Amino acid sequence: MPEKMPTMREAIESKGYSRRDFLRYCSAAAAIVGLESLGIPKVVRAFETKPRPPVIWLHFQECTCCSESFIRSTHPIVADVIFDYLSLDYTETLMAPSGFQAEKSYKDTITKYAGQYILLIEGSVPAGNDGVYCMIGGRSAESILQEAAKDAAAVIAWGSCASNGCVQSAKPNPTNATPIHKLIDKPVVKVPGCPPIADVMTGVITHLLVFGSTPELDSQGRPKEFYSRRVHDTCYRRPYYDAGLFVESFDDENARKGYCLYKVGCRGPVTYNACAVTRWNGGVSYPIQSGHGCLGCSENGYWDNGPFYQHLASFPGFGVESTADTIGTTVGIGAAAGVTAHAVATNIRKRKLIQKLKSESAELKEDSNEGGNN
Amino acid sequence: MTAEQKALYNRVYVWEFPVRLYHWLNGITVTLLIISGFLIGNPIRLFYANEAYQQYWFGTVRFIHFVSAYIFFFNFLVRIYWGFVGNTFARWSNFIPLKKKQWREIGQVLKVDILLADPSERMSVGHNSLAGFVYFLTFLAFAFQSLTGFALYSANSTSFFPRLFTWVIPLFGGDMAVRQWHHVFMWFFIVFIIIHLYLVFYHDYIEGRGTTSSMVGGWKFEKDEDLKNSND
Repeated sequence: MPEKMPTMREAIESKGYSRRDFLRYCSAAAAIVGLESLGIPKVVRAFETKPRPPVIWLHFQECTCCSESFIRSTHPIVADVIFDYLSLDYTETLMAPSGFQAEKSYKDTITKYAGQYILLIEGSVPAGNDGVYCMIGGRSAESILQEAAKDAAAVIAWGSCASNGCVQSAKPNPTNATPIHKLIDKPVVKVPGCPPIADVMTGVITHLLVFGSTPELDSQGRPKEFYSRRVHDTCYRRPYYDAGLFVESFDDENARKGYCLYKVGCRGPVTYNACAVTRWNGGVSYPIQSGHGCLGCSENGYWDNGPFYQHLASFPGFGVESTADTIGTTVGIGAAAGVTAHAVATNIRKRKLIQKLKSESAELKEDSNEGGNN
Repeated sequence: MTAEQKALYNRVYVWEFPVRLYHWLNGITVTLLIISGFLIGNPIRLFYANEAYQQYWFGTVRFIHFVSAYIFFFNFLVRIYWGFVGNTFARWSNFIPLKKKQWREIGQVLKVDILLADPSERMSVGHNSLAGFVYFLTFLAFAFQSLTGFALYSANSTSFFPRLFTWVIPLFGGDMAVRQWHHVFMWFFIVFIIIHLYLVFYHDYIEGRGTTSSMVGGWKFEKDEDLKNSND
């Protein structure tokens, strides 16, 4: 039987905070999801009436960089999120219990709060060899995923592993690492990035809590509020791109001047993320600001789009150094050489035909006596 | 002035004005697209002594690419329409070899062009069947380039037309892959232009009936006897 959870207000007041504190807290939450001041009553109402949702955070094939990023959230600070916004009932990395107690809190949550809990997934699921490459508590990642996803109110895929497979699914993908949306038939909110930006992660959760629904998603299942614009279009170095001023190599004068990193392989023009807007670690910086091109870590299959320091990916089947341009140039030169050889051969082999054409020519005879002057 | 007639030729109006206009607009825009596209892929070092506020040349190159792309695309649409309403030489039936006769001509043109054999039958006065079929493949390449190009452009634009192409991106997995394929197909156009130009000159040379100038004035020439034998 599903049990009723305390609302956010009840949870906060049980910790001894005043109503004034509660309202201040609601204003902050409204700001995070981008509401104007008129939207604050909505948040207050949501937090007064909606139960504080239990959360299960599963870890599969991943490096925990998503969790590492998450705990560095500054807007809101992560302590608020995991102690106040959510009831984080199960997460291997941050929870106090271990072993059987941990398994019990997982089991309790999915049975007691069936249909209410939010499922957060970090990491891809190895579908190869019956999933032996990732076993937790003696069970394969996929069976845990299927069980947990069955009664989840919402499923969020944290990071590129869960969203598109990331490094585990890079060619040749030995474990058949599979992103979450390919394994379950529920809608999945994808929050790609390696890792995703902390404030984006908390922003997506806050949206879920305040509105009780998933944020608006783009055609690839990513929240539009964070993934609708290219890093390139929001980049502070964009004017250098339009002016045609590029870093040629990482140690040149242009790199010191902070010119556009397009020619050293920056993936900003093909990457949709909020890095250039929210920046990282409390807005301190982001890769391009630190002088390195974007790697496109939130895009599908970014490990196979390499090398990172050139703009065109290697062309499959022609070795690591061959891009479309090296092959194209070869074919172009081949075509030019071919037609030249063909022209020479034509004049030799078809001399009879050409002779015949010439013999068909009408012969004009100028005859000044007949008065024609042209 | 007297002329001694050795072969009688008739003038045939092959390429109507819309076809010629299409051809040259296409030629100009594709050339601009290749040059500007190549620069976008591999920007050259230009005006590095200037400050960013003094110039916008790379933005201008991109602007030329986008404007040419729009002209290219709508020009292409007009040509598709003209394939339904134009004269017999402009029709779609020239481009898709469905008849046995067309396949026989493809075989002959391959022999004449590649094995350098002498032609045994008359060649179509419009597109020969092989040329028509290759142009059909280029139409597919045009469509591919338009889809991928506008899909990439859609991220830069809020206007409705490029937004019609956003669905292309997920098919490829992301902008990076779309960009890569858009770039690869540019090479198809470059190689096509080399071979197309050569073959125009070649066929003009061995057929002797005005292939090159036909795209300016629209006229080609057909031998008297061939015209009587032809049934199309």
